[in-house]
Amino acid sequence: MAVTVLIPTPLRPYVEGRGALQLEATSVGELLERLTAEHGGLRPHLFADDGRLRSFVNVYVNDRDIRQLSQKETLVQPGDTVSIIPSIAGGTAVEAELPKLSHEEILRYSRHLILPDVGTEGQRRLKAARVLLVGAGGLGSPAALYLAAAGVGTLGLVDFDVVDKTNLQRQILHGTSKIGTSKLESAKERIHDINPNVRIETFETRLTSENALDIIPEFDVVADGTDNFPTRYLVNDACVLLGKPNVYGSIYRFEGQASVFYAKEGPCYRCLYAEPPPPGLVPSCAEGGVLGVLPGIIGSIQALEALKLILGRGDSLIGRLLLFDALKLQFRELKLAKDPDCPVCGTHPTVTQLIDYEAFCGIGAEPAYAGPEIVAHDLNLEWERNSELVVVDVREPHEYEIAHIDGAKLIPLGELPSRLNELDGHAEIVTHCHHGLRSMKALEILKAAGFAKVRSLKGGIDAWSVEVDPEVPRY
Amino acid sequence: MTLVLEPRHLDALRRHGEVDYPREACGLIGGAAADGRKVAFTIVPARNARADAPRHRYLIDPDAFRRAQDTLDRDGLEVIGVYHSHPDHPPVPSAFDRENAWPWLSYVIVEVRGGRAGEHKSWVLADDRRAFAEETIWQSQS
Repeated sequence: MAVTVLIPTPLRPYVEGRGALQLEATSVGELLERLTAEHGGLRPHLFADDGRLRSFVNVYVNDRDIRQLSQKETLVQPGDTVSIIPSIAGGTAVEAELPKLSHEEILRYSRHLILPDVGTEGQRRLKAARVLLVGAGGLGSPAALYLAAAGVGTLGLVDFDVVDKTNLQRQILHGTSKIGTSKLESAKERIHDINPNVRIETFETRLTSENALDIIPEFDVVADGTDNFPTRYLVNDACVLLGKPNVYGSIYRFEGQASVFYAKEGPCYRCLYAEPPPPGLVPSCAEGGVLGVLPGIIGSIQALEALKLILGRGDSLIGRLLLFDALKLQFRELKLAKDPDCPVCGTHPTVTQLIDYEAFCGIGAEPAYAGPEIVAHDLNLEWERNSELVVVDVREPHEYEIAHIDGAKLIPLGELPSRLNELDGHAEIVTHCHHGLRSMKALEILKAAGFAKVRSLKGGIDAWSVEVDPEVPRY
Repeated sequence: MTLVLEPRHLDALRRHGEVDYPREACGLIGGAAADGRKVAFTIVPARNARADAPRHRYLIDPDAFRRAQDTLDRDGLEVIGVYHSHPDHPPVPSAFDRENAWPWLSYVIVEVRGGRAGEHKSWVLADDRRAFAEETIWQSQS
């Protein structure tokens, strides 16, 4: 008994009109070789010039696609049925309409054009490409600069912030003269100076579940440069639902990560992190700090991966998580597998539309630390009248070194539970931190330990510097 | 070969193109082939599986093709052609259409400009895969 091969209608003219053939073979590869040896006319329709099976040709052994088995090495036995099943694909002539390069562009991109893997066609692909950058901050800065310089035709930028002095240590899109202006305006000016050929589409808004499905479909590749979990999950889910590749990067202190999440070809962010961490557990860069060069490295890797996806060259970071440690100067790599139970890209997804990502990440749902507060101006007056008042600084020692309030007692939040004995239970106590969040957590600890007269300095040392003592530097 | 379509088949595939505009609509044509003619009996609309670029790409995935083929087979019919719309583009095969094409099948393309179906044409891939040749559509009255 031989293997039965079912031939679809379009190929029957090459096998004397028959719908089924019997052949002897032990593997799919061997079977297809025999088939095309006996019926030469089939070969160009089944195999590309490089000998690989054409992308629109699907081979099933009994009821399973050989892509899910061992490809051409899939074994067959007498009695098996091998079916050749067409995918039907096509579309309008975008390839033929790749934009031409002007003389100015040919000169500008000459170092690309002489690269065999880019060449004129690759550069025209870049010109036709549309990349969306979510965030024009630390990661978005180098990504935007390099993508623009490389000749990506259209860059979309989503951001709603204004340039702040504390951004300039790492957000190299923006300069000192742009403090106080919108990041998008600042970015536009800088990008146009680098490459006036780039079209910039700006979205001066926060990316939300309401607008993401309007903005993202218009782009080919998304680069996620956000610094918060709700937006990161939103970008991921929207990209999975829309079938777009998501070039991911994140940074914290001295460490960074990068990957390409493309659910069609590999895992998504949720396959890696199904659930967000509890709110407050992972500090942001604003809370924990970040080395200025770090986003330059990770953001540049994102730009590189976006270019490779557009050019269709090289091995992308799909299915790999790159970990970078700046202090050790070490790159490590983790293999990522697609999770078949992933709630958004798995075989039975439960997330089929965008959700409320703030709630998903526990933001707003968590009972906020609430306690009595005192504003800086009042604290100053009260402290002058009552020298018994104790001000407790719950920040870290290195922050104390940057700026502190004279007379405040430093007890970092983490040490507070074990150092309660250093505080007088009857005294008026005011806790303070950088902006007033950690000092609220300190209030909880103190109240739970029986301290009655406790308040938190509203706005932290930052407010103190602005309202009371400008000699205390802001950071 | 000549493709024989009834007015209701043409109406159905043109309307599909209008409904899905500006996305590309696609589907299969079921029928029978004999005496140098492919005669349509039914239109099988399909879902465009290219969610990533539905405005200039279409895909009928192999599972959908298999299901349609099995259904047609029960009625003694077979897949004789494919139709798809070209939103705001003429009904002429693109290079991408040709790279992905199967021989023998009729490829009916409907131009849909601004949401209104315009011209339609049918094409067949050459044996050497280098070109598409236009095929006559013969409208039957039954």
